[in-house]
Amino acid sequence: MLLVVEQFLNGLQFGLLLFLLAAGLTLVFGIMDFVNLAHGSLYMMGAYFAATFVAWTGNFVLGCVLALGATLLLGILLEFVALRHLYNRDHLDHVLATFGLILFFNDAVRLIWGPAGLALPLPPWLTVPFQIMPGVYYPAYRLAIIVVALLVALLLYLVVMRTRIGMLIRAGASNREMIGALGINIKLLYTLVFGLGAALAGLAGLMQAPILTVQIGMGENILILAFVIIVIGGIGSIRGAFLAAIFVGMIDTLGRAFLPDLLRQVLSSAAASTAAPALSSMLIYLLMAIVLVVRPEGLFPAGRP
Amino acid sequence: MKASLNARTIIVALVVAGLLLLPVYTTLSGNMFGLTLFTRIIIYAQAAASLNLIMGYGGMMSFGHAAYLGIGGYAVGILAHEGIGSGFIQWPVALAASALFALVIGALSLRTRGVYFIMITLAFAQMAYYVASGLARYGGDDGLTIYKRSDFGGLIDLSNRVQFYYLCLFCLFGGIYLIWRIVNSRFGMVVQGLRSNERRMQAIGFPVNRYKLVCFVISGTICGLAGALLANNTDFVSPATMYWTRSGDLMVMVILGGMGSLFGPVLGTIAFLLLEEALSQFTEYWALIMGPLLLLIVLFARGGIDGMLGRARRG
Repeated sequence: MLLVVEQFLNGLQFGLLLFLLAAGLTLVFGIMDFVNLAHGSLYMMGAYFAATFVAWTGNFVLGCVLALGATLLLGILLEFVALRHLYNRDHLDHVLATFGLILFFNDAVRLIWGPAGLALPLPPWLTVPFQIMPGVYYPAYRLAIIVVALLVALLLYLVVMRTRIGMLIRAGASNREMIGALGINIKLLYTLVFGLGAALAGLAGLMQAPILTVQIGMGENILILAFVIIVIGGIGSIRGAFLAAIFVGMIDTLGRAFLPDLLRQVLSSAAASTAAPALSSMLIYLLMAIVLVVRPEGLFPAGRP
Repeated sequence: MKASLNARTIIVALVVAGLLLLPVYTTLSGNMFGLTLFTRIIIYAQAAASLNLIMGYGGMMSFGHAAYLGIGGYAVGILAHEGIGSGFIQWPVALAASALFALVIGALSLRTRGVYFIMITLAFAQMAYYVASGLARYGGDDGLTIYKRSDFGGLIDLSNRVQFYYLCLFCLFGGIYLIWRIVNSRFGMVVQGLRSNERRMQAIGFPVNRYKLVCFVISGTICGLAGALLANNTDFVSPATMYWTRSGDLMVMVILGGMGSLFGPVLGTIAFLLLEEALSQFTEYWALIMGPLLLLIVLFARGGIDGMLGRARRG
């Protein structure tokens, strides 16, 4: 029982983290029609910035805020220097150019921070176990991730649904030419959206950093998961990304936790222990394949009239 | 196709002649490194050419093409591990396994379009990657060492570097010839028609999905052969062969060379791998230069190397 609650919360935490990453990706993709493979690199940069700034300032929260700002600036710079010249190209050009950016960022990180990973130590007040139910303790930091991510999701919802900027973003998603014709500075809007996406990716990266090591290539595996999520959720749909992210986070975490035991019921223990890791890694891709076969445009296609 | 003496014809002729004569140079100079490097380049060129068939001619952007490299390689590796060393068994199995995989994932993936297609092919390739990682009997994550290359009786000795090089070159030219024949056949015309206007082809009465699927399977099979060659070249096969960045590399080679041009992928592969090799000689941080270079190529050199050689020609 204890294990089930704990794994359930872990799944929720992982799902919310994935949502932060996928939200940025789906915004950029849905509104600007831009495939950004380098989104995972921004996630990685967020983690590296956080590790560096926390070490410099000696204050966890201040370091994280600085890292968030740095990722935002990096995203805007990237958009301004390179990516805005690619919006009119087809998806394949986006894939090629941002694939080049991944190569660049990975080696740039290796040059600046060295090939070994970094650790981002938590301050003492975040390492204490937190009592969520009588007798059930959960790490305070993971709980903090859940709270922060939920707050950000709420904020994102309010911004997109309740503000003028959000209205423009939604308008841009459904008809780009029209809002340009109405006199909206679409270039500025795109830069803002890209910066927002970068900041969300950076936030996901720096929050994940204390749980895993900060290392080169950390963005690549999780990027594929984020793509899976936006494809399952329907490209451009924040609501779809949210639900799909929670779903994928749960399936991945619960699959890894319980699949070995389940398989042991039907297979010999040796066969189960070799098959389970591969099978639980495959589950998500299997899910995506099923969703695409049944609903080729994802569960919540956005931008359809 | 008019064989006029333009820049493209000259470059292609030079590259073909260079590839044919390379072993003469390496044997005379004793520089065997060049031969090893170019064997790898030729194998990847074949994989890129097969990807070009569906991407450049068929308009199907597969982001999971490295899966066939792995499947072809694992077919050879697993059979060798189980004591079946004959190439006459290993290679047909490699081709059949790739074709079967392409048939299954093609039948499912071709229901989707555009970016969704890119992503679903990626997802299937990642599944293949995790299956290979789970093959504990065959090395799992660490990969599988192949102790003996495929045995073709007295016909050809794969351990002889020059013979192996020419075998790879033969496969590459054979593959390109096949693609050329396909592209200029009625079948190829239909596939190219699908790329420019699928709805119209459907209205004319072609069973579009069947045409696409057959094209997809042919491409996967050619790439599976490249996988069998690659496993023999490195005497090793591992899940990393199928990792998604490898599929990205293949896409880069095709786009760099020029999509929808017969020899473009070969030029693209040579350029990509030579550049990687040259930059890594020069600095440990070669990707620091390679990455922005790719960006610049996308920004300023559309149509790839083939595009730079003059107006695009079909077929």
